[in-house]
Amino acid sequence: MTYLHNIGAYFLMIVEMFRKPTKWCVMKKLIFKDINDLVIGSLGIIAFISFFVGGVITIQTALNINNPLIPKYLIGFATKQSIILEFAPTFTSIIMAGKVGSFITSSIGTMRVTEQIDALEVMGINALNYLVFPKTIALLLYPFAIAIGMFLGILGGMAACVFGGYTSLEDYILGIQTDFQAFHIIYSFIKTFVFAFLLATIPSFHGYYMKGGALEVGKASTTSFVWTSVVIILLNYILTDMMLGS
Amino acid sequence: MIEVKNLHKSFSDIEILKGINTSFEKGKTNLIIGQSGSGKTVFLKCLLGLFDYEEGSIAYDGKVFSQLTEDDKRNLRAKIGMVFQGSALFDSMTIAENVMFPLQMFTNQGKSEMEDRVDFVLKRVNLDEAHNKMPSEASGGMQKRVAIARAIVNNPKYLFCDEPNSGLDPKTAIVIDNLIQEITDEYQITTVINSHDMNSVMEIGEKIVFLKDGLKAWEGSKETIFKTDNEVVTDFVYSSNLFKKVRKMYLEENK
Repeated sequence: MTYLHNIGAYFLMIVEMFRKPTKWCVMKKLIFKDINDLVIGSLGIIAFISFFVGGVITIQTALNINNPLIPKYLIGFATKQSIILEFAPTFTSIIMAGKVGSFITSSIGTMRVTEQIDALEVMGINALNYLVFPKTIALLLYPFAIAIGMFLGILGGMAACVFGGYTSLEDYILGIQTDFQAFHIIYSFIKTFVFAFLLATIPSFHGYYMKGGALEVGKASTTSFVWTSVVIILLNYILTDMMLGS
Repeated sequence: MIEVKNLHKSFSDIEILKGINTSFEKGKTNLIIGQSGSGKTVFLKCLLGLFDYEEGSIAYDGKVFSQLTEDDKRNLRAKIGMVFQGSALFDSMTIAENVMFPLQMFTNQGKSEMEDRVDFVLKRVNLDEAHNKMPSEASGGMQKRVAIARAIVNNPKYLFCDEPNSGLDPKTAIVIDNLIQEITDEYQITTVINSHDMNSVMEIGEKIVFLKDGLKAWEGSKETIFKTDNEVVTDFVYSSNLFKKVRKMYLEENK
């Protein structure tokens, strides 16, 4: 029953988020601040993880292709497919559920504990619009971060390939150009937009409706990470089946 | 003026407010007092519209809150200033930005006009050097004064304070009490203060409502609270030996 109640409350929160909008001059500043905190502030970790995971995918693939009949350019092909289809949109989003999600839950949860949300409500401000809407809009730029992640992942694979001596640069480039399908990029970005929405709203829900004190803020952050990851994984399966399944 | 009639509020099966009738007058500091768990905070949150209630009505200058449209409720809330127990300052903003916030949200004033108003209210609460400090850099007393400045910056008609001097030293508590009373007189605001502090009761209680177990057990003023023989009130207000002595002296002097 609690789960059903929470799912209902989550959708009501989303509806409420679009009502009674905050003045544009105030909202504009909030959106830019959230772009800085949530997207630009995450670029470093996305770049670092993508580059090295790209390298690891390449090494693992190269080490598992022992058969001389399998062409070496498949290393580049496998790296590209893994990064574009899964690693960049899905696994980076799960990492972001930890970084961005915990930040959102703890900042909104602390505002709840310290009565800052009550202060907004007493003033007649739609606190959900004021707090959650700018984060949702800011995270519309999240796919740009993922695009950078894709690029750096493939670049990391290339560096590992060439400097590790697993295959030649020409083979790797041939691999990443082989069987290129633009729809895979579209699929990946559609997933990223959905995950961006989840990354903004699920942690906000857990922060906004939390009860208790500082200890509960910590618990809410953990719960928010778990639920954001679970919903991302579930929707990843559903979207993949819908868009790529037969 | 705020009029409360037959206010009932429950959480699950537990009735917290059991039919409160009272009124809070304009230009006066109205205090709600009572023991912990007597329903003071729930009552204040009902007055603020943060809690819905099952029965009864709350009217602001004759307008019943529950009968207002959403737009009218929002307009009314823009006329309410609130000082929270923990100040509830926005910790991502400077003190000046905190005070300017209601102006940005509810007025169409230009930046210089808003800055002038912020300067004025910060001076009014004796904080003219604190504009660029963050709330975390301010002391408890300063934070309370910033909260008062934020509450009055948009010329509210109603000012609510939830235990405004809790956690403050006695001297700062008196400064805060006096400030609230001066502002109430100066701007003729309807001020409602939720308090445990008996010094506040004696100093600024122009009207006092005593709650016990979700009911109004007594109402009067700082003068009549000395003379009352209501045992429930005297047990609470004069629980310390110091206040017992003060009351005895007062009664002997005013025989």
